[in-house]
Amino acid sequence: MVTQISEGLKAEVKDLNFYYTHHQALKNIHLQIAEKKITALIGPSGCGKTTYLRCFNRMHDLYPGNRYEGEIILFPDQLNIISPKIDPIEVRMRISMVFQKPNPFPKTVFENVAYGLRVRGESRRSLVEDKVEKALKQAALWEEVKDRVQDLAFNLSGGQQQRLCIARALATDPEILLFDEPTSALDPTATSKIEELIMQLKKEVTIIIVTHNMQQAARVSDYTAFMYLGEIIEFDKTDKVFTHPSKKLTEDYITGRFG
Amino acid sequence: MRSNRLRYVTQSVAKILIWIAALSTIAVMILILFQILREGLPILRLSFFTQSPKSMGREGGILTPIIGTVALTVVAIIVATPLGVGTAVFLREYTRESRISRVIRFGTDCLAGVPSIIFGLFGFVFFVIYLNMGWSILSGGLTLAAMILPTIICTTEEAIKAIPYSFREVSYSLGGTKWQTVTRAILPNALPGIFTGIILSVGRSIGETAAIILTAGSSLVMPTSLFSPIRTMAVHFYILAREGISMEMAYGTGAALILLVLFVNTIANGLLNRYIRHRS
Ligand SMILES: Nc1ncnc2c1ncn2[C@@H]1O[C@H](COP(=O)(O)OP(=O)(O)O)[C@@H](O)[C@H]1O
Ligand SMILES: [Mg+2]
Repeated sequence: MVTQISEGLKAEVKDLNFYYTHHQALKNIHLQIAEKKITALIGPSGCGKTTYLRCFNRMHDLYPGNRYEGEIILFPDQLNIISPKIDPIEVRMRISMVFQKPNPFPKTVFENVAYGLRVRGESRRSLVEDKVEKALKQAALWEEVKDRVQDLAFNLSGGQQQRLCIARALATDPEILLFDEPTSALDPTATSKIEELIMQLKKEVTIIIVTHNMQQAARVSDYTAFMYLGEIIEFDKTDKVFTHPSKKLTEDYITGRFG
Repeated sequence: MRSNRLRYVTQSVAKILIWIAALSTIAVMILILFQILREGLPILRLSFFTQSPKSMGREGGILTPIIGTVALTVVAIIVATPLGVGTAVFLREYTRESRISRVIRFGTDCLAGVPSIIFGLFGFVFFVIYLNMGWSILSGGLTLAAMILPTIICTTEEAIKAIPYSFREVSYSLGGTKWQTVTRAILPNALPGIFTGIILSVGRSIGETAAIILTAGSSLVMPTSLFSPIRTMAVHFYILAREGISMEMAYGTGAALILLVLFVNTIANGLLNRYIRHRS
């Protein structure tokens, strides 16, 4: 039994199963993703959060033997993004990802942010410059780097690098932005900056964030899904999950009794 | 107590052996360099580099062998680099571990271990005779290309292997195609490694003799096209010494060869350092 949400939907996951060759990592997942809201995925390490997130941009297609079953319907055009008939590149054009560790390319700040535009064949200089600037502003990094966009990205601090990665993911105007524990490698100050940023961003883009930090989920998200052993145990509005969880397992997890 | 003592003795013996190994290597190197440069440097006047050899090399300079060395090396590198880099990219990015990739890898490993004279024989039979290219810059260059191909494949593969997986994932996650990922996220990072492979190959090409005599000949006539036969510096050195034409000129050629290798390595190192500094 999974709660149905009443707002506008950006995506709907139906009966999703996922296999790493023979190991089934996701089981019968049903979930609705509200448009321009933040959905958090929590659960103990190894429960399948990353696996689930990477279904949304077909990252699993990069490795042999991986197999999806079921549907992830993307609205408004009702595209089943995990259908083998759909080109993964088409999906990744619409759904971007920010990884766990900051991972800028060994290129300049500018070229990092421009990467997604370049692979789309965008070569009009002024347009690229505008979009890079806009993305850096959206990622709250512009003020800090505007005088050194031609510097190598490695010269930025860890938190700045992660915001750079967010800018890079935003530059191509994605419809959904995926975050996989984006602050796990950062210190508390950098973390709170990123959390603030994520809350700002939901005005413009639908966000799914994996976190093993429950306070973070409680602070930033509108909806929370609790996963355990590859299944969704509970999904509801974040307040509800954290104040009145309907499952014993959820309660045990959020009160820190395991995980 | 006893085991401590034993460890101490082992440690000291190992240290001494390592020092002996290192020092003898350096000593041999210095001895060779010293001998050749002592005999050869006095010969190196400017005219030695700007004149063609006269009367079999007894007099004159080594202009034609210098041109031969450069021409063959350039042909070999131009042919082998794209092939080698392409093969390495194919093996690393376009195939999973499969029968094809195993066959290619087995082939290149074997090629790497084949003595150069075998390449010479192959080049002679295939390029010189069968394809009717005769003894020529082209036959010699292609033979050298076959010889250095495994080195370039291997160093490129190692360079690609060392690139963090995250660069690939990011590139794909931003909508990159495989080709874009290879050309924008992988090759730029593999460039220093590829470059190292090319430098090793240049060194091997410059120093090769047997395979070149069989495929490019040993002509001292100024070449006019890729189909002209040619003599390289190493071959010149070999013939001068072996046929007792002029030990003096042989040492001069040897010294010039050493200077050329040093020159190429210095330039290459400089370029590489600049590239690396520019990127990090
Ligand atoms: N590449 C893989 N191949 C096989 N099994 C994997 C792979 N990646 C993850 N798994 C397994 O899938 C399960 C879920 O992993 P993951 O999605 O990384 O969990 P989480 O992100 O919640 O910590 C784990 O049991 C893990 O061991
Ligand atoms: Mg994870």
